[in-house]
Amino acid sequence: MEFIRLPKVENVKLLDRVSPRRSRVGTLYLTATHTIFVENEAGVRNETWVLHSLVCSLEKQAATSSGYPLLIHCKNFQVLHFAIPREQECQDVHLSLQRLSQPESYEELYCFSYKPNVDDEERQNEWDFMNLKADYSRMGLPNAHWKLSPANRNYKVSDTYPADLFVPESATPPVIVGSSKFRSRGRFPTLSYYSKENHAAICRSSQPLSGFSARCLEDEQMLEAILRSNPCSDFMYVVDTRPKLNAIANRAAGKGYENEDNYSNIKFQFIGIENIHVMRNSQQKMLEVCELRSPSMSDFLEGLESSGWLKHIKAVLDAGIFITKAVAEEGVSVLVHCSDGWDRTAQVCSVACVLLDPYYRTLQGLMVLIEKDWISFGHKFSHRCNHLVGDPKEVSPVIDQFLECVWQLMEQFPCAFEFNERFLITIHSHIYSCQYGNFIGNNQRERIQVHQRTHSLWSYLWTNRTDYINPLYRPDHSQTQGLLRPSTAPYCFKFWRGLYNRFDQGIHPRQSVEDYLRTIQEETQQLEEQLASHKQVNFKLPLIMDPDSDEAVYSARGSNDQTLPFQPSSSARINLHFFFACGVFATHTLVSKCLL
Amino acid sequence: MEFAELIKTPRVDGVVLHRPFLPTVEGTLCLTGHHLILSSRQDNTEELWLLHSNIDSIEKRFVGSLGSIIVKCKDLRVIQLDIPGMEECLNIASSIEALSTLDSVSLMYPFFYRPMFEVIEDGWNSFLPEDAFKDLESMTDEWRLSEVNKDFSVCPSYPPLVAVPKDIDDETLRKVATFRHGGRFPVLSYYHKKNGMVMMRAGQPLTGTNGRRCKEDEKLINATLRPGKRGYIIDTRTINVAQQAKARGGGIESEANYPQWRRIHKAIERSNVLQESLIKLVEACNDQSHNMDRWLSKLEASNWQTHVKEILTTACLAAQCIDREGASVLVHGTEGTDTTLQVTSLAQIILDPSCRTIRGFQGLVEREWLQAGHPFQQRCAQSAYSNSKPRQEAPVFLLFLDCVWQILRQFPCSFEFSESYLVLLFEHAYASQFGTFLGNSAAERAKLSLPEKTVSLWSWVNRHQEIERLTNPLFEANSLVIWPSVAPQSLLLWEGVFLRWNRSSKCLDEAYEEMVHIIEYNKELQNKVNSLRRQLAQLETEDPLLQTP
Repeated sequence: MEFIRLPKVENVKLLDRVSPRRSRVGTLYLTATHTIFVENEAGVRNETWVLHSLVCSLEKQAATSSGYPLLIHCKNFQVLHFAIPREQECQDVHLSLQRLSQPESYEELYCFSYKPNVDDEERQNEWDFMNLKADYSRMGLPNAHWKLSPANRNYKVSDTYPADLFVPESATPPVIVGSSKFRSRGRFPTLSYYSKENHAAICRSSQPLSGFSARCLEDEQMLEAILRSNPCSDFMYVVDTRPKLNAIANRAAGKGYENEDNYSNIKFQFIGIENIHVMRNSQQKMLEVCELRSPSMSDFLEGLESSGWLKHIKAVLDAGIFITKAVAEEGVSVLVHCSDGWDRTAQVCSVACVLLDPYYRTLQGLMVLIEKDWISFGHKFSHRCNHLVGDPKEVSPVIDQFLECVWQLMEQFPCAFEFNERFLITIHSHIYSCQYGNFIGNNQRERIQVHQRTHSLWSYLWTNRTDYINPLYRPDHSQTQGLLRPSTAPYCFKFWRGLYNRFDQGIHPRQSVEDYLRTIQEETQQLEEQLASHKQVNFKLPLIMDPDSDEAVYSARGSNDQTLPFQPSSSARINLHFFFACGVFATHTLVSKCLL
Repeated sequence: MEFAELIKTPRVDGVVLHRPFLPTVEGTLCLTGHHLILSSRQDNTEELWLLHSNIDSIEKRFVGSLGSIIVKCKDLRVIQLDIPGMEECLNIASSIEALSTLDSVSLMYPFFYRPMFEVIEDGWNSFLPEDAFKDLESMTDEWRLSEVNKDFSVCPSYPPLVAVPKDIDDETLRKVATFRHGGRFPVLSYYHKKNGMVMMRAGQPLTGTNGRRCKEDEKLINATLRPGKRGYIIDTRTINVAQQAKARGGGIESEANYPQWRRIHKAIERSNVLQESLIKLVEACNDQSHNMDRWLSKLEASNWQTHVKEILTTACLAAQCIDREGASVLVHGTEGTDTTLQVTSLAQIILDPSCRTIRGFQGLVEREWLQAGHPFQQRCAQSAYSNSKPRQEAPVFLLFLDCVWQILRQFPCSFEFSESYLVLLFEHAYASQFGTFLGNSAAERAKLSLPEKTVSLWSWVNRHQEIERLTNPLFEANSLVIWPSVAPQSLLLWEGVFLRWNRSSKCLDEAYEEMVHIIEYNKELQNKVNSLRRQLAQLETEDPLLQTP
């Protein structure tokens, strides 16, 4: 490829951030899609692969005794510290990677060259796995109160909205169009979630173009229609997720928020989640703390505090809880918006869905939720995740915050989620990796072509779902039922080491309870099978009885004790032993992976 | 003294009890010499039995004639009693205050407590130094058990029997004792079977400002070195603090006199600083403001996590010297009764798998804390809610337990016991019906005749039901050294102690039960399969014509 100035550099050092003694020497290869570091050590073929699309920033540092350092920061929070022998080589690698990691057109993205061994028909089927209509019918839609509107079929009313939208039964096309003209980017109020039990709905939109005094009859009618579609309630909430000051400032630009006097029976509420720029800087600060070489406890806690990150996570979760309570406890519908309605609104609606509906806490449900509230409703993935070279001010970890909110909830409710932390981390990684077509582009309209030539992450995750199952989850467990009522006391929010320090192996627990339980469960499954087959054999033999029934029968037969200690035939037990033998030095994930 | 003198109002009806996460209970409040009891007199409601010695402080509030007493316990729980009648309330409050601050040890509850269970094994005899020495003898003949301290005259804080190098006679020990703080001459703390290296502990050397020297001391610790090998002295104080100690007669081992030893200074805080830290941490945890910045800055300002990190780091260092460097180690701070013990006991958790069992951990607490002379009574007299000025109180043992919990979190399958064991030890160190943690040293315990007059905590713990409750279902014996991470990201707040009364643990408890269920079910199936196999094998021997499937 034309951007690769130097395909191979020998005698490159990969430095270990924590202990310099663990540094490795090897060969660095640049390919069209990956940077590959192959360790020289005889016997081991230890390879580190880094996707160009995951590279976030490159930094050349002053030469040291071990060479010319090149620091690579990745979007999945991996940090690679290379030392390259010669300055020219370092320069070449730097320039090559700079270009390779900042594609200028969609065509260059990895998803278009990622070709797993799957034929085209199968590839198309991958995309059929996700079906949002099925989720709406799961909610009981369409029904007497909500209908599927064809208004945006050709993305004419709002080019950033999906084609299929649910609106109140009484919302006529003129009302929809009129309301859309009074909303930023035409993003009129539409349904995000509907609660079958009590008819309360979560709706979403962008801010109204109200300025200091503007009104729009159709928009007022639209809210009235939403209110009426919930027969049990005589008012609705309008939640502006921005801090009040920000919203007021928007009025000067002809935007703003709803005036309670103009809309009948609304209760208006500010929630105060900060904007994308604040969030970007906050995460940056937190990551700097994560990367400190050997921080003291104070360095770490002070850094964490001053980054403000956990405060923002709490704000998002608090907002989700407010909406959940309105819907589930008061039975009141809510309209949520921020400025454009694709960042904070997406966060808050999807967090509320996770709290409200156990379905969204299943593997499939979380995928559906991300598809619905993020992908289809036009969260600008390509801008926010910096898929292409573009405006750095558009980049923001909005989706990271949603995934973290789910993780924080998993910490409080360990049995409530069907999936594990690995599932969240894998989704996070692929949102940035551009390996799959799901997150390419900024809205559904831009994405239509993409699906025809790429693979779907959802299908991949579903195929490999055994890796992502939480062993503590049981569909009939009490934690699984109904809505979650998390505590939002500050001490309930933890630093997510599993994501932000994911690649610093030394700091994670050396034994994983989850992996242990998974192994036990695998073994249990084998035992169940053995038991079934034994019972079958024993059934054919006379005089043998189920061991549960009566042990005395056997002792009467004399105890010629030829005990065969149970050893499952396949790898589970061995796995378990190996697991403990190696546990101290290797993480179990690695060990069990090696064995598979 | 009669307790009755202190109890002006022994009984009040219509008292309402508020507890975290439990429904309020209305009932009759009774004060006895050792307990505060609230009974609803209904069979199915739980009653409150609170040891007076568990009460750290109380607060009184009055609204009209209704008084409230807020009882703050040493286990960090806070409960409220609403008492009708001003006079009753005042009487109850003053009685609680008096009964919870009894000065005389012999009036404490353990002297009155009679066990309601059958003592199968008397815990007072479970961990005798001579038994521990037998284990040592099976590994090495380089050590002997000295009786030099049998009447506690050489070192008042040491037990009557201590392990010392074989070639060092009692006369030498007496001389060394005069050169070490509190007479705490270097004794064996741990023998590393893998390579024969040892860990010793002592009080600081009393070099003073003019660099006093003690040849016997040098001889003693050099006797533990292999020819040509160097050892490490880990001083738990910073070099500055250690230098300052010289002015008060203390000091450090100089390079000139101890050429075979390398001295390393660490910075583990002591006494008042730790007590302050605990108070601040608990205050932060009880802050209701729901403000994230405030929580994080208070957590940071408490410095609790800093202490945890510092102690663990030092313990790892000691363990590293022994296991990785193959060197012997001497650990001391000032007195050798606090930070020293944190380091030596944690290093053993890291190095020695037997310390990670339920019984082994008791042995460790017994050897490295109780017999080693950690002044439990002074250190645990007050906890985080005390209003009185701290004297010698300090959460030294709690910090140790917190560090063990951190390692347990990082190696959840390598400990035979679960978190509840550590919480139990924390509770009993501060208030207990058992005599184990009374007194400040073996000498005091002997003087109080604790083994004769009180029941040992170990007698109660080492019963089938308790062991079962404290056992970690994930345990699989791990014979390796376990190196914990001390990165700030790896060290967590010990919620089981510090947030125990602030947040409901229902969901976490359910997860724990679920985990137990998964493991139990697996065991059950294993048993079934084994039993079926046995039958099959038996049938085959009886009838050779039958074929295995």
